Amino acid sequence: MLTNTKNIEQVFKSVGTSPIRPDGVPKVTGMAQYGADYSLPGMLWAKILRSPHAHARIRSINTSKAEALPGVKAVLTSADLPNQTFDYIGPERVAVNYWHMTRNVMAREKALYEGHAIAAVAATTAAIAAEAIALIEVDYEVLPHVIDVDEAMHPDAPVLFEDMITRGVEPAPTKPSNITKRLEFKVGDLDAGFAAADEIVEMSFKTAAVHQGYIEPHSCLARYGADGQCELWSASQGHFVVRAYTAKLLGMEIGNLVVHPAEIGGGFGGKTVVYVEPIAVALSRKTGHPVKIMMSREDVFKATGPTSGGSMTVKIGVKKDGTLVAADGVFKLQAGAFPGSPVMNAAMCAFAPYIIPNVRTVGFDVVSNRPKSAAYRAPGSPISAFGVESVLDILAQKIGMDPLRLRLKNAVKAGSPTPYGPKHSHDGYAETIQALLDHPEYNKPLGKNQGRGVASGFWFNGGGESTASIHINEDGSVVLATGSMDVGGSRASMALMAAETLGVPYASVRSTVADTASIGYNHVTGGSRVTYATGLAVVEACNKIIEQLRLRASIMWDVDVKGVVWEDGFAKPADKSVGEFEPLSLKAIAAKRAVTGGPIVTEAAVNAGGQAPGFSTQFCDVEVDPETGAVKILRFVAAQDVGRAIHPKYCEGQIHGGVVQGIGWALNEEYIYDKQGRLSNAGFLDYRIPVASDLPMIEAILVEVPNPNHPYGVKGVGEANIVPPMAAIANAIQRATGKRLTELPMSPPKVLAAIDAV
Amino acid sequence: MSKHHVTTVINGDPVEFLCATNQSLLDVLRNDLNMTGTKEGCGTGDCGACSVTLDGRLVCSCLVLGVEAQGKTIQTIEGMANGEHLHVLQQKFLEHAALQCGICTPGFLVAARSLLERNPDPTEEEVRFWLAGNLCRCTGYNKIIEAVLDAAREMRGA
Amino acid sequence: MSEMRFEQPKTAEAAAALLAGTLGLGKVLSGGTDLMIHMRNGNVKPELVLDVKSIPEMNTIAVEDGGYRFGAAISCMQLQENKEFAATWPGVIDGANLVGSVQVRGRATVAGNLCNASPAADTVPAMIAAGAIARIVGPNGRREVPVEEIPISPGKTSLTKGEFIVSFFLPKRAPRSGDAYLRFTPRTEMDIAVVGVGLSLTLDASGTCTHARVSLGAVAERALLVPEAAAALIGTKVDEAALAKLAAAASAAARPIDDKRGTKVFRIKLAGVLARRAAEKALSRAKGN
Repeated sequence: MLTNTKNIEQVFKSVGTSPIRPDGVPKVTGMAQYGADYSLPGMLWAKILRSPHAHARIRSINTSKAEALPGVKAVLTSADLPNQTFDYIGPERVAVNYWHMTRNVMAREKALYEGHAIAAVAATTAAIAAEAIALIEVDYEVLPHVIDVDEAMHPDAPVLFEDMITRGVEPAPTKPSNITKRLEFKVGDLDAGFAAADEIVEMSFKTAAVHQGYIEPHSCLARYGADGQCELWSASQGHFVVRAYTAKLLGMEIGNLVVHPAEIGGGFGGKTVVYVEPIAVALSRKTGHPVKIMMSREDVFKATGPTSGGSMTVKIGVKKDGTLVAADGVFKLQAGAFPGSPVMNAAMCAFAPYIIPNVRTVGFDVVSNRPKSAAYRAPGSPISAFGVESVLDILAQKIGMDPLRLRLKNAVKAGSPTPYGPKHSHDGYAETIQALLDHPEYNKPLGKNQGRGVASGFWFNGGGESTASIHINEDGSVVLATGSMDVGGSRASMALMAAETLGVPYASVRSTVADTASIGYNHVTGGSRVTYATGLAVVEACNKIIEQLRLRASIMWDVDVKGVVWEDGFAKPADKSVGEFEPLSLKAIAAKRAVTGGPIVTEAAVNAGGQAPGFSTQFCDVEVDPETGAVKILRFVAAQDVGRAIHPKYCEGQIHGGVVQGIGWALNEEYIYDKQGRLSNAGFLDYRIPVASDLPMIEAILVEVPNPNHPYGVKGVGEANIVPPMAAIANAIQRATGKRLTELPMSPPKVLAAIDAV
Repeated sequence: MSKHHVTTVINGDPVEFLCATNQSLLDVLRNDLNMTGTKEGCGTGDCGACSVTLDGRLVCSCLVLGVEAQGKTIQTIEGMANGEHLHVLQQKFLEHAALQCGICTPGFLVAARSLLERNPDPTEEEVRFWLAGNLCRCTGYNKIIEAVLDAAREMRGA
Repeated sequence: MSEMRFEQPKTAEAAAALLAGTLGLGKVLSGGTDLMIHMRNGNVKPELVLDVKSIPEMNTIAVEDGGYRFGAAISCMQLQENKEFAATWPGVIDGANLVGSVQVRGRATVAGNLCNASPAADTVPAMIAAGAIARIVGPNGRREVPVEEIPISPGKTSLTKGEFIVSFFLPKRAPRSGDAYLRFTPRTEMDIAVVGVGLSLTLDASGTCTHARVSLGAVAERALLVPEAAAALIGTKVDEAALAKLAAAASAAARPIDDKRGTKVFRIKLAGVLARRAAEKALSRAKGN
């Protein structure tokens, strides 16, 4: 079963264990400092004035009364921020446009969603700042608004940007619309493919926008000095990216801004962008005082990026024997007020787990009057998977095939084609399916009103830039620093890989996250990239340190460095001919460092490629109350190929967490807007994420098909697990009730209506 | 603006502070007393991240006025460990990897301790329903429940 | 900056005087779990916050005339922890056990839940079904009012300025009685009721229902007392036919709106489903007595 692997039978001492994380004690004692936990003397509090309208032209802003309030030190509007050029920068899938970004951080010509930041105030107390923003007078010309993606695509919809001409369409449209982009991937011959099918299913689906739901609101503290040097403490998923975005939006040089990584209270992709940081820095610049901002929960829902809601049509053709012959998907994702929904991901991932010779996916990126979407755990993939995995279930039933076996029959492996170009480089998907087929509960019979559903999911996973540094303390202990924010225990995984590579105990490795002035560039903690890419940097740094340690030992022994080997944490003579020397520990070598060359330090940087994608296959059992439509999750089993579990408990934790987010997405989470385009459920009371009593224990199966491109076989774990749950639950509900739900969330009124419909 | 002078006991120590009428206990703890271990996740009693005990009663500190602390005893996360000795619950949370980002952890620990003081042998269901007022977005609750049940076992000497 | 006063009187009469003497808005603070949220939202800007938790008669639970009187400052958790009360009125406890979370229940009171006047309040239907009487103190003295007459519409009660509730009286329980409160929520906890049903019934020695009260929550502008639903049970053995009539009467009495928590259609249907299930639960408790 294991192919394309090296080191099939490695025995590890540290990798694969689940020790206590280095930041654990501070976190269980309340000592760890998150974004809102920092203070500085003379600190001011900032509050943000937000638009009450979903769509309005901003005619004027009068801040004089606010400025006059005693205790107010500065008022900020977009006039205080430099202009940005309109340009899409970077790879298409993750392109950034600072013209949009600055307007999202603080509105200019228009308020484009309820909650859009219009102005900000810094004052000596939070209460005074709150009072001051109520004194800012804004003259709005209220405009008609549009919320839903299908409505926003309608030719008569209110248009957000009067000059938005759809990209990706030849010839370009002459009339502006809310469709910012159209994209398409195509292989093979769709017509021929469908002609050869024995069964075809074509169906439309809708999903609602859902928020990442991190418990910590966005927070930061900025201190801008009279010398133009600024320090920023920010809870983000990437302090280097925060530095880059904030500096750009402020017109600062990157080198003048140091960002300190506060601990982060959840991100899931939503904290890879900036909201409060540029405002805090700008206010600190204006006032000469440190400025602290913490978003309220209401503002988090109204003004930070959920993932898109989507509208899609999926058509798949299959032969009687289960061979998939053709697939077509049209995916319309709503980006919120500015372009950049994850529709390209949705289009690329939709059919990626399957070998299908004839495939087309079309995507539309559509703007509407709601907060700008931001990444949410495998962004885009869960949305298209909802449709694709539901249609596959219907087809499986039509041809009388077990839904797992249908997937297994068409499962990609290393060398299989993708619909978007490059071939798959890794196995792993089939193994996740097999893990469920082998599961003792998979064939367990169910009772009345109960049903079992399966689904799979794919996510690219990321590589990219990471830096790691190591230095050996005088006592031989190891300090390991990276620039990767620790969201879910990565300090521990880095320390485990370092301990393993160096051959030293885990407890002797101090694993830290360094600020932007203390280490080289690190890309975000997202895209399931850190254990892979930062891990590569860590291992490379360890290998470089080992070279140094061998050299120091050779000097201490006065032998040629070729005669020194590093084994199990000790420098040893390569063989008897080198001499009779006792093994030298890190402590022994460090003790002599001054006479062997000075401090023992190194740094390693990577721009990692060769990462393997994430595959997850899941089944769930539900029970539906036929009188109320309530859906109870009885059992949820999720298998995922993790390559190699560096810290198995944290790998399991990622799977548990992603599945439960998927359960919320499936059953209850959505944005409810009133007729004025204002959000009715901007809080955890009515934006319903799962609570402990809603759930059984989630069972995570760690499948290990090691990635040969990583010394420990790592594949990113964080994201693929959120891709299948919504379809798995929809399929289970269908098996339990005979009714197919095609709209998320599958809340009780919808389920009951489906049950009661004739 | 005249403030209230409040005398209270926090984690066993006498504490005095000044607060406005409409200032929450959470705000006082975090911003006036620099006890930032108690977290604000929502400010409306829906997430439990601000959980403390007030005269032994588990409450959301965002729903208690600072002035109501007068003459009462408060326990926060900062008082849970005994110097270098972690409470069993804290130790189990670490061993079971029951935290990922950790922002909800103080609230869960305070709530779980309150549960085990009342019910030293809860079932899984009882643990889940008691902790329903504490939201976690990272863990799916699995390892939190396991940690609480394991701590209960150890505290019972079982 | 306005001065918001805080007072902690030691008697109900002193509290009433303070409330009546406040020119602007005076708000009673019992549990605070609704008031704090209203204040944070800016819905409510009180001139006076009146903490009533230091008033002894508001903090007691005691047997009175064979029934129970409990103070308006008693929290949901305290009520639940009183074993005798909980055994007598498990339906009232069903409701008290569903308000918010454990943390919220550690502070929230039945009085606050009633006077916040949300039609979806979880403690109200069972209190109505129990026939609870509220004792009110005001500038003109004291009066007693059945709890169903307190809420008028969302956020509004029949209390006049300066009045507040000091205690509730629940009458002596006849043998073979049972009560229950059930609600529908999308999650198992933490949600506001989409529909709530409180039901109390008494059986005679032959198992025939001699007395019943049925109250619906979250299906009108206030919790409703539904005599037609009760009539469907009285004189019957609470069999399948009676339950079907009960369900129909409950659905017929429901006049809900569409809102972010539920649609009209869904609520009307569920009023019937939950009424039946509440009756079954109350019946089994009555038989167990």
